[in-house]
Amino acid sequence: MARIGVFVCWCGSNIAETVDVVKASETIAKIPGVVLSTDYKYLCSDPGQDLVKQAIKDHNLTGVVVASCSPRMHEPTFRKAAAQAGLNPYMLEMANIREQCSWVHDKKEDATQKAIDLIRMMVEKVKRNKPLQNVKIPVTKKALVIGGGVTGIQAALDIASGGIPVILLEREPSIGGHMSMLDETFPTLDCSQCILTPKMVEVAQHPLIQIITYSELESLEGFVGNFKVKIRKKARHVDIDACTGCGTCWQKCPTKVTSEFEQGLGKRKAIYIPFPQAIPSRPVIDEDHCLKFTSNRCGICEKVCPTKAVHFDDQPVIIEEEVGAIVVATGYDLMKTSDFGEYGYGKYKDVVTSLQFERMVCASGPTLGDLQRPSDGKKPKTVVFVKCVGSRDPEHHYPYCSKICCMYTAKQTMLFRHKVHDGNAYVFYIDIRSNGKNYEEFVRRASEHEGAQYIRGRVSMVYQDGEDLVVEGADTLTNSQVKIKADLVVLATAMKSPEGIKELAQKLGIGYDQHGFLTEAHPKLKPVESSTAGIFLAGCALSPRDIPDSVSEASGAAAKVMGLLSKSELEKDGVVATVRECSCTACQNCVKVCPFGAISLKDIKDRQGNLIRQVANVNPGLCTGCGTCTPSCPSRSIDLQGFTDEELYAEINAMALL
Amino acid sequence: MQDNWEPKIIAFVCNWCTYAGADLAGTSRFKYAHNVKVIKTPCTGRIDPMFIVHTFEKGADGVMISGCHPNDCHYNEGNFNARRKYIMMRALLTQLGVDMERITFSWCSASEGIKFASLVNEVTEKIKKLGPYKDFTQLNQDER
Repeated sequence: MARIGVFVCWCGSNIAETVDVVKASETIAKIPGVVLSTDYKYLCSDPGQDLVKQAIKDHNLTGVVVASCSPRMHEPTFRKAAAQAGLNPYMLEMANIREQCSWVHDKKEDATQKAIDLIRMMVEKVKRNKPLQNVKIPVTKKALVIGGGVTGIQAALDIASGGIPVILLEREPSIGGHMSMLDETFPTLDCSQCILTPKMVEVAQHPLIQIITYSELESLEGFVGNFKVKIRKKARHVDIDACTGCGTCWQKCPTKVTSEFEQGLGKRKAIYIPFPQAIPSRPVIDEDHCLKFTSNRCGICEKVCPTKAVHFDDQPVIIEEEVGAIVVATGYDLMKTSDFGEYGYGKYKDVVTSLQFERMVCASGPTLGDLQRPSDGKKPKTVVFVKCVGSRDPEHHYPYCSKICCMYTAKQTMLFRHKVHDGNAYVFYIDIRSNGKNYEEFVRRASEHEGAQYIRGRVSMVYQDGEDLVVEGADTLTNSQVKIKADLVVLATAMKSPEGIKELAQKLGIGYDQHGFLTEAHPKLKPVESSTAGIFLAGCALSPRDIPDSVSEASGAAAKVMGLLSKSELEKDGVVATVRECSCTACQNCVKVCPFGAISLKDIKDRQGNLIRQVANVNPGLCTGCGTCTPSCPSRSIDLQGFTDEELYAEINAMALL
Repeated sequence: MQDNWEPKIIAFVCNWCTYAGADLAGTSRFKYAHNVKVIKTPCTGRIDPMFIVHTFEKGADGVMISGCHPNDCHYNEGNFNARRKYIMMRALLTQLGVDMERITFSWCSASEGIKFASLVNEVTEKIKKLGPYKDFTQLNQDER
């Protein structure tokens, strides 16, 4: 027989002002099974909790209802108290008579009646509650970081410095990401390579970090603490262990290819390292352009290689790894500029993207930092920078702000003026967004001290007039049309989610928004967690952000990983689905609706090992307790513990509706 | 109908969005009708169509179902399952003779306290106009 104790909290006057707590507790005392019903001024206080603990012991309670604030507030508090008094914590329920009663109703009579009903519901539920045990799951103390840009590098370094082995996975031939392409960074103008490459080297030399480049995630199985990942290593055709990175192969290679790293402004060979500081500094063969693959000729790299590291017959391989946690730091792409016919990108060589401009001024770029415009190599005197190209344009492109363009455009005007002292830099902008440490000062420096001329308005079109480009736009501050003759036009194109991110998110079972940016578990309070336990997010994979934000998030995600992997066993909520095997017909409805793939079929065999039948089986490590499976079962054989049919019907019945 | 009749309405809500939204309505002290009582489930996907039938059988005059907006589900797709089930349930309940006006399905996020409060008020007003619902309770009594 159930022995239920009910505690009605006054919450000072928060509840007691609108709910007659004495009347409520007296009414509830009459319910069969309730052996104790009392009220107290502040149940969450230490003496209040002691009252509950003492009552559990004195009255040998089998269930407790605390009628007070929202369970989202104090359920953990009271369940912990119950556990300390020797009661299974899941035998304590809360009736929410503050947020959903006393605070939202005025009339004391109505509020009191509603409070009584709410408490009665929970009494009936708790009578039917069953003690649950938290699920304990073992943990693999190893992490996977997907994406080898600055975010992934920082996450890997932070996790490894905590003593946990890390696999750093990168789909390009080298780690480094977009940051390795930048010239100088705002707002300090320190050289991007100078601050990034030491970190790249640190990663490469860290004994606990294994870098796997030119590889992608093939599949993911398992659950928090126990992921099994398959990684597809694309055929590099160079044995990176045998290769010494001497460079003979790419010096001898006869095939010149447009360089992706140089944003199409420079050339590389068909066997190449993307940039001189690449890590690993081992080449890769581009199958689409190498003569050996296109027409079975040449093969000179194989011949000249002193260590015989070139293997044309390499095939992609799939390797398997076990990890306990994953950080997704897949970064961003820039929007395709072919979408901007009105700005003449693709038509005029001297209309470039901001990332191309970075390469044009970068000391390691194709012109070794000598600013030349692409069409004729002339030093540009007038450069027009166009901001919000594709960003903040819900009608045509992306509604969001790409966040970093205001800052890097200000920076690029300075870089330009440092190269061309008498040059003219014009910036077309909608608004200037410079909300970061020393950001506003930096933009002001660009416009007030370094001569950048800001024009508030949009560019309507770019066209050629003789050797020059003409930029036509509006100046909305003077309400006039502007025409500027320019030698070079730089488009600050929108940042977008990278190619293949949706497929990756689906493999990982994490959410993404309509633009392909990954979704955090809570936008404010869980900014680096995905909705799937054990998978964390950082950097531009979430939305456009700058280097400081990305790096902070990387460290945040790393801290989360270390928190998770610091224990040898994970404990999770006992609210999981269980199967009543005797009535399960293995129809697999539950298997299909489970959002987490937590349900599979299990064989039932006789003593001789012959298969008798199959039944559904829940992996408690994967089950998150959503309960979607329960109503899908035609034979009522799968039930969610903590929210069973019996418990919920008891709540409905207790509503005193008739 | 008695003059002092007040409708009885049950709301089945998910823990992560609408329950939190209802809490926010409380924290923000948005006043609303006292007629709606909330039953918390982890996810709208947990809500069984039979709960609704049973609720009417037990004498409810109206039912609310509310959970996370599409794509916001804490469990990724539980609310899509709920929506699918709701479509099926409409057909079922219509066949059973339930006035679908008495059931309100909506999305209400954790940040929409004001929406929860106005939703409760709207539903209560609607059910007040429709009057008490006896078809199912009668059925129940006949069975006894």
